[in-house]
Amino acid sequence: MRVARFMHTCWRAALLPVGLILAAQVAATATQLESDTLASPADIARALAAILTDGSLARATLDTLKAAAAGCALGVGLGSFIGILLGLFRIADDLLDLTIELLRPVPVVALIPVTMMLLGFGAQMEIVIITIGMLWPSVVLARAAVKEVEPRLMEVSRVMQLGFAARLVKIVLPAILPQLFMSLKLAAGYALVVAVTVEITANPQGLGYGIMMAQQALRPAEMFAYLLWIGAVGWLLSLLLNATQRRLFPAHGRGEPR
Amino acid sequence: MNRLSFRKLALGVLTLVLFILGWKLVTDARLISPIFFPGPERTYAALVKGLSGGPLLAQTVETVERMLYGWLLASAVGVLLGALIGISRRARAFIAPTLELLRPLPASAMIPVAIAFLGFSDQMVLVVIAFGALWPMLLATIHGFAAMEPRLYEVSAVLGLSRFQVIWKLALPSAMPMILASLRLGLTISLVLAVVGEMLASRAGLGQSILAASRSFRSADLFAGIVILGAIGLCGSRLLSMAERRLLRWQAVHR
Repeated sequence: MRVARFMHTCWRAALLPVGLILAAQVAATATQLESDTLASPADIARALAAILTDGSLARATLDTLKAAAAGCALGVGLGSFIGILLGLFRIADDLLDLTIELLRPVPVVALIPVTMMLLGFGAQMEIVIITIGMLWPSVVLARAAVKEVEPRLMEVSRVMQLGFAARLVKIVLPAILPQLFMSLKLAAGYALVVAVTVEITANPQGLGYGIMMAQQALRPAEMFAYLLWIGAVGWLLSLLLNATQRRLFPAHGRGEPR
Repeated sequence: MNRLSFRKLALGVLTLVLFILGWKLVTDARLISPIFFPGPERTYAALVKGLSGGPLLAQTVETVERMLYGWLLASAVGVLLGALIGISRRARAFIAPTLELLRPLPASAMIPVAIAFLGFSDQMVLVVIAFGALWPMLLATIHGFAAMEPRLYEVSAVLGLSRFQVIWKLALPSAMPMILASLRLGLTISLVLAVVGEMLASRAGLGQSILAASRSFRSADLFAGIVILGAIGLCGSRLLSMAERRLLRWQAVHR
């Protein structure tokens, strides 16, 4: 019964994408497609297989993921630390709030020219941009999480005369761990987006550069293969992080809007 | 209360002044070459010069226009499509999974595809902005409709409301908080994609201007452009939060 229901929803979910792909293939075959902008699904699959086997896709994926992971770890780590400090100390919050609010809306892509000038091309510049992009959201989320920690726990820490380090490790961090993970999850998806954007705009490495080059070389099948792959990487990443969140914090993930 | 917020403001301004002073000290001491990193006064001079008679004002207008058109297009299409898909349980079952599958795709990855179809043109940039900003609104509308209190659907059936009336009178208001939040996200995405599009397609605007400034090592102009972009982002999100508060006043009672 359950299997039948599952099959039922699966069938309905799969109808649209499968139908579209089939229609595209039929249209391409019927018109004997020869184009600089379009490619038939079969050609795209062949192109994907080609870049998968010659190793260029693996290298590009690794470059992008490495930059995204490094930037994400640095940005979320630093941002969460600042956010915790702001949440714990009113005075720090009062001091820094205005400056942060003024710096936060600067779009990260505006930093591409600056970092290009200061650091040149390469992984370093990409990581710096991703780090700055992840910094502000992490600050805001961590600060909000600390402010929502049960006030009794803070009273307990005061009564026990815990030092700052002990208070951080024993009270605050365990209490906000679920929110920190959620912040990491959001940042990971966003870091991939920023990484691909930087690569498309400026940095000659990774998946973004690959798709840009495929377009400029007028190889539409390869371009769509890259697009498909980028989508798949993003999708797998979100799937993985969601599964991890459900495993580690089963109570927390449930009520959260998707 | 008033006194408290005054204290907050004073402390905030103090840090801001210190921040700018620190920036000045770093550049005056030439820790970083002034070719790459201008001091605050040079940035300010470039800002004033560019805005009074210089090209900066026209470029700002260009970028803001691009961002707004793309955003409006995305909002209209997103809410409309979202309403059509969200109102019908069957359409949701068929279409929503595909949309969820497409959602994690970085919008900027569509830029090469858009270039292949439309070339380096203003339409290309507009399509990229609209496509990128579409997702949050579309999905928020669908989720908002799906999360509507089921009783309300029953009420609408009892009252014999037409489908259009259900959307207009019940579903849209109840999905409003989610839609408004996504409008703000959409505006941020629009600004980012407008800048990226201008950089890549060399269309007039701040994105192209800051890229050109960095290539010819006019760092003061570059920083002036970044300051303006930050101001655009700040104003946009502030205006939308204000609109959000006004439009959702009726909700405050329940919360």
